[in-house]
Amino acid sequence: MTVSMNSPEQSSVTRRVFIKGVITTGAAVSATAYLFRGPTSVLGQGSLPGSVERLMTLNVNGQQRRVDVMKQETLAMTLRYKLGLTGTKIGCDRSECGACTVLIDDVPHYSCSILTHSVRDKKIQTIEGLESADGTLHPVQQAVVDEQGFQCSFCMSGFIMATVGYLKQNPNPSRQELAHGISGNLCRCMDYDKILTAMQRGAENMRNSRSS
Amino acid sequence: MATIHDVMPPFELFQPTTVEDTLALLDKYKHDAWVLAGGLDTFDWLKDRNKRPKVVVDLGMVPALKGIKPTADGGLEIGAATTLTEVAKNATVKEKFPMLMQAAELVASPQIRNQGTIGGNVSQDTRCWYYRSGWTCYRAGGNICYADTPSAINREHAIFDANRCVAVNPSDTAPALVALDAKMVIRSLRGGERVVDAENYFIGPAIDIMKMNVLQPGELLVAIRIPSTWAGSQFYFEKVRERQVWDFPMVNVAAAMKVSNGTIQSSRIVVNAVAAHPLRLTAVEAAVAGKPRSEETAKMAGDLAVQGAQPLNHNGYKIPIMKNLVKRAIRGEAQA
Repeated sequence: MTVSMNSPEQSSVTRRVFIKGVITTGAAVSATAYLFRGPTSVLGQGSLPGSVERLMTLNVNGQQRRVDVMKQETLAMTLRYKLGLTGTKIGCDRSECGACTVLIDDVPHYSCSILTHSVRDKKIQTIEGLESADGTLHPVQQAVVDEQGFQCSFCMSGFIMATVGYLKQNPNPSRQELAHGISGNLCRCMDYDKILTAMQRGAENMRNSRSS
Repeated sequence: MATIHDVMPPFELFQPTTVEDTLALLDKYKHDAWVLAGGLDTFDWLKDRNKRPKVVVDLGMVPALKGIKPTADGGLEIGAATTLTEVAKNATVKEKFPMLMQAAELVASPQIRNQGTIGGNVSQDTRCWYYRSGWTCYRAGGNICYADTPSAINREHAIFDANRCVAVNPSDTAPALVALDAKMVIRSLRGGERVVDAENYFIGPAIDIMKMNVLQPGELLVAIRIPSTWAGSQFYFEKVRERQVWDFPMVNVAAAMKVSNGTIQSSRIVVNAVAAHPLRLTAVEAAVAGKPRSEETAKMAGDLAVQGAQPLNHNGYKIPIMKNLVKRAIRGEAQA
């Protein structure tokens, strides 16, 4: 066989196919954007009571963020892929692991399992919003650094947010109470003992920073 | 096995702020409408593409559906969209019906209780993993039950009242509400308000194989009323599960008992996760009436409770669990 893969004829075809491909992809992207508008246009019911607008303002970490949100979009998706707050992790996407935990009005929620449209008027806090403006870590974050609480740390931001949320209700928990309080988070490195030690120290740090 | 797709398929979303607007939307879209409360059951279905509603009506912005208030007769009315955390922390619930507090506290995980609602917890769909994986079984409109075949894995399934479908009701608060003789307040645009006993709210496959409760399209569970009848009586709630977080019950038991001088006057005993609806044990209630609250009565009650159980290949373990739970419920915590 003497057919060369690099014959001018073949490569020119390849270029043409490539260019066609680019055009098709562009069309597909626009079509996707059209499809993702949802069946609003089909139902034609933009003005019914309770209709929602895609363009909204979210209060994230004390900032007002304007963002275009699909009706079916979860908060975890908005935070990570629209607002660039990738500290919030998506583990299971099914409320079964806790990696996506954020605070909504100071209460821990799984951000993978709540619609962004449902938190329109709420105050959202993510791991990025914990440290103070001058870069000082939150007492719980500092405790994690000091105690080396995690191995791979994929679950860490969820654990920290769950702990910060729990400590708002119970600032002085026993180890067992804390374990129960943050039981909605999984660590697949099975590092629970060290995590609890770190989080207990975080609680202690918070009490100390408050009293000083 | 759950697969992570990019996002859920699109749907039209409504976030009404009043019950009236909600009912109008449910009436307008009927079968096409999906009621979204906490979303913990909902999003699994939508993410897995196993249910594809055109319209989702979110109850989260309706303040009238939230909160716990006393009723004139000394009972309580709990808004259907009240979170399980609120139910578990409410002082009046704790004082009058501590069993409901316990049941709510044992649901899933803290984050789920912070968002999951009591109306959603009682109205949630079954966890049968064949059905939830999108198999076209009876419950999904087909003509076979995949969980009741010779090779089926059916550890979580029914030992009572199966009828073609062998799925169970997985709720923890439902048996507590049935034991407390709660009333479910249902509203619709055209039908106004109807009140259904909790015991009759839940239905098995013999009545409707595709539904777990009596809600019709266009109807909304707006509140749960607990009468004062059983306030201050003796309660027992216990849930057996494999993991102490997240897990649904293998079996749970809820009992309310009026006891005087050590003798059981009257009782309501309900177990869940053994049938498609919370199973009220009326035979046991009748048998223990007038008997002392003793080890002997408890043993008799346990044995009687599981009579007629029909286990499948892998769920025979539920029989001794149920027997012991009923026994412990009758014997009470003091001697446990």
